[in-house]
Amino acid sequence: MAKRSAPEVNAGSMADIAFLLLIFFLVTTTIETDSGISRKLPPELDENMPPPPVIKERNLFTVIVNSNDELLVEDKVMELKDLRAAAVEFLDNGAEDCSYCQGAKDPNSSVNPTKAIISLVNNRGTSYKRYIAVQNELVAAYNQLRDRVAQERYGESFIAMEARYNDPRTSDANKDKLKPKLELIRELYPEKLSEAEPKKS
Amino acid sequence: MSKFNKKKSGDLPAISTASLPDIVFMLLFFFMVATVMRENTLMVKNDLPTANQIEKLDKKDLVMYIYAGEPVDRFKGVYGSSAKIQLNDKISDVSQIQDFIYEERASKREELVPFLTTALKVDGDSNMGLISDIKQELRKANALKINYVTKSGDAVEAND
Repeated sequence: MAKRSAPEVNAGSMADIAFLLLIFFLVTTTIETDSGISRKLPPELDENMPPPPVIKERNLFTVIVNSNDELLVEDKVMELKDLRAAAVEFLDNGAEDCSYCQGAKDPNSSVNPTKAIISLVNNRGTSYKRYIAVQNELVAAYNQLRDRVAQERYGESFIAMEARYNDPRTSDANKDKLKPKLELIRELYPEKLSEAEPKKS
Repeated sequence: MSKFNKKKSGDLPAISTASLPDIVFMLLFFFMVATVMRENTLMVKNDLPTANQIEKLDKKDLVMYIYAGEPVDRFKGVYGSSAKIQLNDKISDVSQIQDFIYEERASKREELVPFLTTALKVDGDSNMGLISDIKQELRKANALKINYVTKSGDAVEAND
């Protein structure tokens, strides 16, 4: 009796435990992808370039952010939450040649979305947070209009179409079909957002 | 014959699976070591602003990161408390951005260079003066594709 050896512990399930751990970490580790607002900077100005064409005042939507993060839109003080609606109203005014616009056709506002330009001026003292919020609202205004026109024509929102186009799982044939649609919508509501160099306070 | 029978009647010896965990752990360690999550040590405060009209930045190898913000408490003594730019692991000056871009470009394959994006990870409380200085430098270096990295969330609410 005294000579009996201790029973061996079954180590077969250790592998299962280790696999479980491995799979858990494989599934939960998401390598964080950053996301943000993409923009394109204008190229450096060439000295010999012809001066830019004159833009009519009615086609220009000026947004000024001062160093206290206050907004001045078209010479009126405005809250950030109203900016998106104001931008949509301006872009979608469609006084001339715009069959898809649903705006008020105000003769003092923009001619049509392809001519309308939003000009953003900020101060060196403006906080980055506020700047991003303003940018975000202006991009949202464009996206809202693009979504609407995409919904009307193709029964799918612009954002969803764009996401599908960028999805690597989408087949090439589908991508070829989506591309002209996206381009058309981008042409109907081109993103014309101009940024002036910030003024010294 | 009895010898023969004795052998047959005995149970089949179980194959030892004791080494299986070692194999699996080896795999686990291999993946743990092989997965490089290159993350710069942040020397500046980096509380990103909030936005919801955002695009994903995939293809990590095509992104150059520029961090900006106030130095964290640990580095305030060395670099002061005004907003600074961090390139790779060093606090840098605005004038070094161009060199940084050229260096990054040189390290990438030539055909990928036009697709490079500069991601600006800037603290929400910094001033636009700094950001426009960065943008001017990027224009000079002809790195025109930029992305303001943000958290996702409602921008209007975050600003109230």
